[in-house]
Amino acid sequence: MKVVVDEEKCVAAGQCVAAAMDVFDQREDDGIVVLLDENPPAELAEDVRNAAAVCPALAIRLVE
Amino acid sequence: MSIDDVRAPARVLVVGASASGLTTVETLRRKGYEGRITVLGDEPHAPYDRPPLSKQVLLGTWEPERATLRTQDVLSALDAEFVLGDPAVALDRASRGVRTESGRQLRADAIVIATGVGARRLPGSEDLAGVHVLRTLDDALALRAGLPAGTRLVVVGEGVLGSEIAATARTLGLDVTLAGPLSAPMALQVGPLVSGVLAGLHTERGVELRLGDGVVGLTADDGRVTGVRLATDEVLPADAVVVAIGATPATEWLADSGLELDNGVVCDSHCRAEEGIYAVGDVARWHHEGLGRLVRLENRTNATEAAMAVAGEILGADRPYTPVPYFWTDQYDAKLQVHGFLPPDAEVDVVEGDLTARRFVARYRSEGRVTGVLGWNMPKQARMRRQEIVAGLDAPAPTH
Repeated sequence: MKVVVDEEKCVAAGQCVAAAMDVFDQREDDGIVVLLDENPPAELAEDVRNAAAVCPALAIRLVE
Repeated sequence: MSIDDVRAPARVLVVGASASGLTTVETLRRKGYEGRITVLGDEPHAPYDRPPLSKQVLLGTWEPERATLRTQDVLSALDAEFVLGDPAVALDRASRGVRTESGRQLRADAIVIATGVGARRLPGSEDLAGVHVLRTLDDALALRAGLPAGTRLVVVGEGVLGSEIAATARTLGLDVTLAGPLSAPMALQVGPLVSGVLAGLHTERGVELRLGDGVVGLTADDGRVTGVRLATDEVLPADAVVVAIGATPATEWLADSGLELDNGVVCDSHCRAEEGIYAVGDVARWHHEGLGRLVRLENRTNATEAAMAVAGEILGADRPYTPVPYFWTDQYDAKLQVHGFLPPDAEVDVVEGDLTARRFVARYRSEGRVTGVLGWNMPKQARMRRQEIVAGLDAPAPTH
């Protein structure tokens, strides 16, 4: 699984961090998404799919 | 993930083709559901996202297509039948059937009600040229087309949507007045302290705030709006008016269904209106077990989270839906993030940053518990305090 984030679309909700904290973080100054792991291991796949699903700005795309 | 084949319904009908309806379908498929899914939508458009309507779409920085939630290919891959442009007009509980305006009869084993809300209007304003609401994509495009340079716009309603529209219109360089009965923008949603900061921001950016006196009606000439009349009888001149005075749950079509309707479709803690019938998103008023009362939320995150919860429920998850609500609003360069609930009588403390610098986190407490957190240009710092709200939700409810 490859994760692609769109910083332009990101609204800094941080829902992705709550769903998969090993894969996503937020910038300190403006809260925009920081991708910690663009190829997360299989055991995190379901969390990452949840993170993409709960993103209110559709800023996370998965290439499975 | 395996599904309980005995419990999983053979056919699911989702009534409503917006964020919540679409997420219901996507979650069902993601969890391996292979039954038949039909999605019924009242608008002709493929599912689209609403938060950008009052921001990027109205501002014109996004082409309307960019608000579309999924490409046609992604929708097709869901293997669901989308019936669009055909509103539901009646629900028969006994047969789990829905009738549409065009006369279709759709039956299913599980029905998900996701019809959202409709914009409230000022009585007598429906046929006046120059009067707008903002709920749908078509509304947003009509409003944008109705705001040529030099327009004097009056926004009626000082809630989240009205405040956003005022900010966007002002950014477009228009002459903007914000009117409404409360004392400051979003006073009901964020309380006196933060709404005071918002009032300062709007004033500084050139919005004329005419708040505190309710609006009683519109003035018109030859079928076109000319102004907004306040309770004081003063008239604010206007070339265009946006009415943003809230929304009502779209439940008219359920009036004869026998389902309990009271400011939304009343549901149990699992978003069930009754066995096999669920409600999600803006239209659902469900029992939040963490709060011990019925709650209806009109925000983007709830549209997704409730849909995910109900999709799980349909497949046998059996878990109450107890979210910490979240919404955001962007006005000029201010990005406000709200987690939890901000009761109007809450005690508010600035726990990080600085009000005057317009970069802070405010914590809201009520009856000794943290009920909510608001971040102003501090999204990460606000989100990191979510746990305090969760702890408050889990504590035993105070007795009254």
